[in-house]
Amino acid sequence: MRYAGIDIGSRTIKLAVIENGRLVLSRKSATSHNPLEMAQDLMDDAVFDVITATGYGRHLIRGHLACPVITEITAFVLGARFFSTSCGSILDIGGQDTKAISLDNEGNLCKFEMNDRCAAGTGRFLEVMATVLGFTLEEFSAAALSAKRAVKINSMCTVFAESEVVSLTSQGAKRNEVALGIHKAIVSRSACLLKRVAPMEKIFFAGGVALNDCVKILLENEMGRPVFVPPDPQIVGAIGAALSASEDV
Amino acid sequence: MSDYTKMWSSIGLDLKGHDALLSVLGNAYSDIFLSQKNRPQGMKYFDFVMSEVHGLRIKELMDAKAQGRKVIGSYCVFVPEELVLAVDGVAVGLCAGAEFNFEGAETLLPRNTCSLIKAAFGFKLGKVCPYLEASDVVVGENTCDGKKKAYEIFGPLVKDLYVMDLPQTKSEMGRALLKEEYRKFIKKLEKVSGKKVTVASLKKAVEIVNAKRKAVKRLAAIRAADPAPISGLDALLVNQVFFHDDPIRFTDSVNNLCDELDHRVKNGTGVFPKGTTRVVVSGCPMAVPNWKLPMLIESSKAVIVGEESCVGERGSRFLTEVKGNTLDEILDSITDRYFNIDCAVFTPNPSRCDYVKEMTKKLHARGVIHYSLQFCQPYLMESGPVEKELETSGIPTLRLETDYNQEDAGQLKTRIEAFFERIKRK
Ligand code: SF4
Ligand code: SF4
Repeated sequence: MRYAGIDIGSRTIKLAVIENGRLVLSRKSATSHNPLEMAQDLMDDAVFDVITATGYGRHLIRGHLACPVITEITAFVLGARFFSTSCGSILDIGGQDTKAISLDNEGNLCKFEMNDRCAAGTGRFLEVMATVLGFTLEEFSAAALSAKRAVKINSMCTVFAESEVVSLTSQGAKRNEVALGIHKAIVSRSACLLKRVAPMEKIFFAGGVALNDCVKILLENEMGRPVFVPPDPQIVGAIGAALSASEDV
Repeated sequence: MSDYTKMWSSIGLDLKGHDALLSVLGNAYSDIFLSQKNRPQGMKYFDFVMSEVHGLRIKELMDAKAQGRKVIGSYCVFVPEELVLAVDGVAVGLCAGAEFNFEGAETLLPRNTCSLIKAAFGFKLGKVCPYLEASDVVVGENTCDGKKKAYEIFGPLVKDLYVMDLPQTKSEMGRALLKEEYRKFIKKLEKVSGKKVTVASLKKAVEIVNAKRKAVKRLAAIRAADPAPISGLDALLVNQVFFHDDPIRFTDSVNNLCDELDHRVKNGTGVFPKGTTRVVVSGCPMAVPNWKLPMLIESSKAVIVGEESCVGERGSRFLTEVKGNTLDEILDSITDRYFNIDCAVFTPNPSRCDYVKEMTKKLHARGVIHYSLQFCQPYLMESGPVEKELETSGIPTLRLETDYNQEDAGQLKTRIEAFFERIKRK
C-alpha cells in the first residue's frame, strides 16, 4: 500500500508518499492563487493508493477528491512521531501561522495553541523583514548569528515592523543587529505560545522557519531544552496525513 | 409574511437598516437551521417564531402596550422576569448577537469592548431592534465593568434606562443588596405600570416563570440521550427564544417538543448517529443570531449536548421555591433563586466550574469547549482556571476566544476539529 498525504498550507503545498513505513516521495510547490490546481499538478503522476488531506486548505480539496481530512495539529503529531519518538512537544512555524503542541506520555495530542489571526511572527514575517533589510533568507539568518548584540524590535505587526526596521537602519543601526532583533522577537513570541502548552522534553521544530538556524539556536536558549529539526521540516504535516491513513487501515 | 412596514416606522425603526438586518438574519437562519437533517417536528414552532421575530411578536407587544401593559427590556438574567409579570408587564431579553453598525458603536465606545455591548449600541444607534424601540423601560445592571460604564453612555440614548446594582460576592451583604435592589425595582415597576405587586400577582408570576424554566430543564435533561434527539443548535435556539416569546405559549411549545423527543429517545432515533462526539459549551451568553460557534462545532461531526451559559443552564436551571405567604417572604425566595446564578462577575465563583463538571457527567459529554467573547474580562479571566480544573478532573477542554465576525471561522474550525481528533484518539 502506498499512503499519500497532502498538506495545503497558506504558502506551500506539500505531498508525501509512504510505503512500508518509508518516505518514498516528497514534493513541494508554492500555493499560488489557485491552490487546487497546484495540488492537482503535484499529485499528477504520483503513484499512491489512498490520500489524506491536511492544512488550512484541506476542505478545499475534499469536494474534488474523495479523501479523508485531518487537521494540521493531528498531522504534525503523527508526522513528528515518524522522525522522532523522544520529543514531548512540537513547534511549527509555517507561512502564516504558528502552532505549539504538547504530547502526553503516549505521544498523543495533549494541548495545543495557535497564534492569533494575523501573520505576526510567522514565516511570512521573516520573509518580509529579510527583504526590507536586503537579505536573502539564508543571508538573513547568518547575519543575525554574526551579530554581537541585538537591536530591539518593538512591533510584531508585519506592517509596523517594516517601518520600524526602515527607520532603525536609516538612523544607522547595523543590519545584522537589527536582523538579530527580528529573530529574537519571533522566538520570544513562539516561546510564549510553547510555554502555554507546557512543553516537555525535546522540542520538535517543524515548518519552513525551522530551516533558519538562528531561530533554532535562540529557541534552545530561550526554552532551555534541546530543539530537534527533522531533515525536511516542511514535509512533516504531509507525512502525518499519509500516516493517518495507514493507521486507520 | 404580512406587511409590518407601518408598524416598524411607527416605533421609529430605520427601515433601510432594518431590512438589511432582517435579510442577513433570514439567510443565516435558513443556512444554519433549516439545512439541518432529522430535525424534530416540534422545531416548526420555533422556526415560525423566528420567521416572525420582528413581525407577529412585535405586534403582540404593541397590542399589549395598547392595553396599557408595559414592555420591560433587559440585558441580563439577573433581572427577574417574575417582578415584571407581577405588574402585568411583558419582559423581553434584548439580544445583541449580531455585528451590526459596530462603526457607529465605536464612535461612543472604545474599540476593545466586547461584541455584546457593541451590538447593543449598534442596534440602538442604527434603530434596528424593535424590541429595544418598543421597550418602555430598559433595565441595565452593574455586572462587568464594560456594561456598568456602557450604561452611563447608553442612558441618554433611550427613553427610560433603569440601572440596578448587583453584588459581586456571594456574601450575606451581597444577598441583602440584591434583595434591596429587587425591592427598589418593584417600586420602579409599580410606578411605570400604575399597578401594585400583590402576593397573588407575584405568586402567579413565579408559577409562570417556573413552568417555563421547568420546560427548558426538561429539554436539557433529555439531551443526555445518545443518539442526541436534538441538535445543539436547535436547543440553543429554544434557549434564545426563551427571552422574547410569550412565556405561556413558549412553555407549551417546549413541552410539546420534549414529548416528541421522549419518543425519539425511546425509539433510539436522533439527529446524529449514535456515538457522535458530545461536548458541552460553557462561557459567555450567545444571543440571537450568534450561532457561529455552535454551527462550526456541529459541522465538525460533533454534537453540543448542553450550554453552561446564561442562554442555557446558568440562566435557567434554578427554580424559585416559594417559602411563605407574605410579599417579603416571596421576595426572599426570589432573591435566593437569583443569588444562585454563578456568573463570572462574582468572586470567587467556584460553583460554576463544579456545575460544568456535573453537566459533563450527566450529559455524557467527552469534553468542554469554553467560549469567551473577545474583551470579556470576567469569562476570559475565569477560562484559565476553569480549563485547568477541568483538565485535572480528566475532562478535555478547549478554550476559544472569538467575537461576532466571521473572519476567524477557518482558524476556529481547525482548533475545533483538532480538539475532536484529540478526544477521539484518547
Ligand atoms: S453572563 Fe453575567 S452579566 Fe452576562 S447575562 Fe449572564 S449573569 Fe448577566
Ligand atoms: S460578554 Fe463579558 S464583557 Fe460582555 S457584557 Fe457580558 S460579561 Fe460583560
